[in-house]
Amino acid sequence: MRLDLGAIAKAGTSKANQTCGWRNFKPIFHQEKCVGCGLCKIYCPEGCVTMVEKKKYTVDYTYCKGCGICAEECSSSDIEMVVEEK
Amino acid sequence: MSTTFIEGSIAVAKTVGVCRPHVISAYPITPQTHIVEHLSELVANGELKTEYVNVESEHSAASVVLGASATGARTYTATTSQGFLLMIEVLYNIAGMRLPVVMTCVNRAVSAPINIWNDQQDSLTARDSGWIQLYAEDNQEASDMHLQAFKIAENKDVMLPVMICMDGFVLTHSFEPIELILQEEADKFLPPFKPQYYLTPKNPLTFGAMVGPDGYMETRYFIEKTMRTSLQVIGDVAADFHNQFGRFQGGLIDTYKVEDASLVLVAMGSVIGTLKDVVDELRAKGQKIGILKVRSYRPFPKDEIYRALNHVKEIAVLEKAISLGYGGILVNEIKSVFYGKPKTPKINGFILGLGGRDITVDTIHHVIKDTVKATFEEKFVGLNEALIGGK
Ligand code: SF4
Ligand code: SF4
Repeated sequence: MRLDLGAIAKAGTSKANQTCGWRNFKPIFHQEKCVGCGLCKIYCPEGCVTMVEKKKYTVDYTYCKGCGICAEECSSSDIEMVVEEK
Repeated sequence: MSTTFIEGSIAVAKTVGVCRPHVISAYPITPQTHIVEHLSELVANGELKTEYVNVESEHSAASVVLGASATGARTYTATTSQGFLLMIEVLYNIAGMRLPVVMTCVNRAVSAPINIWNDQQDSLTARDSGWIQLYAEDNQEASDMHLQAFKIAENKDVMLPVMICMDGFVLTHSFEPIELILQEEADKFLPPFKPQYYLTPKNPLTFGAMVGPDGYMETRYFIEKTMRTSLQVIGDVAADFHNQFGRFQGGLIDTYKVEDASLVLVAMGSVIGTLKDVVDELRAKGQKIGILKVRSYRPFPKDEIYRALNHVKEIAVLEKAISLGYGGILVNEIKSVFYGKPKTPKINGFILGLGGRDITVDTIHHVIKDTVKATFEEKFVGLNEALIGGK
């Protein structure tokens, strides 16, 4: 993707410009103890957590920054942050 | 054109007015105040249609023109000294977002201690910000440069902000006969601003978004490359101006009697006037001496300076600024012009006129004698020995 003048970004460019590059830890959604409270989805600052079904949530790693908020907030300790080797 | 005996600040304000800016942000600070005061008068009298925004600080003044410029408006602001320093964060953003804002930096010393008088330490603090910086020698030039500034900044191959630097009090508060630019003349010279990118709900854009290590360096590369392009544009716009108005104050540099000179004085801003008087006096006595005015400080016209000075034996660089802990700023840039070249002249630096210390004809004679006599890196000229515990 070529930079526009002044790195001005058009709407929707994050589809092409994947912003997960600086992640060091990634969240693993074990989907075992999940009670479906939805906190992970609400707190994720990237909006990249989605509900698959009632007690099953998942993450889109294309946009996950690895901030760990979902794991911190999970009411059932069902999300684990693991080091990501690149 | 009409010749009017007028204060420098008022002439600048009137020229900015005929450039039809859509938005002006203003926060008064000495010695810039008369410029924004007169603009506000023009607005109050119904002579100028613009959004005139009184702000609560210079940081806001710069932020207002940033935001307005991003919507595609032609914008102007002015400041000096401490106000300039308060703007600096936003000045970098304006340049980084490639917004063609025009501002006047009225040159004044910086605190502490508080000093409201002229030197050029304020604008030189932002030399690396990505703003084009042009320095005016007299009020005619200061006034004319503002019309040129919009044309340079808004050129689609430039799209960088332009700062016109004019010496506080020495120029801003001096009265001179000025050829004021009339509205129809300005309209003929300066086409309406047609931005390539601007904020509108119909086409959402993000200005100044985050760019990581994978893209930031390229933004700097583009600005540096554009600075090189703008060398040409600044020269072309000065030539266009000459064609239409018959006045030429130099493009990137201007020279005075350098062709056969063996000693050349190099400086920026209003001190050039005093230098010309001294050069005329010494020329009458047969001394081969000339002047090089650096008009465009950023971009720095290395090639033009080299071409103008490569035959010269001695150079004295006079500057109203200092990089504390290093020394003269302009003198070292002039020295770098000669690095790796076959012949290097003697280049002496002189720090003078800080905080409004007078630069008289005698001061200049002293500088010239010193340069003929000795070689040195740089010296302060005109220090008060009593104040520094000397004799
Ligand atoms: S680590 Fe942060 S960004 Fe990634 S899914 Fe969790 S909350 Fe969202
Ligand atoms: S926060 Fe934990 S328990 Fe709540 S929905 Fe997300 S994964 Fe399930």
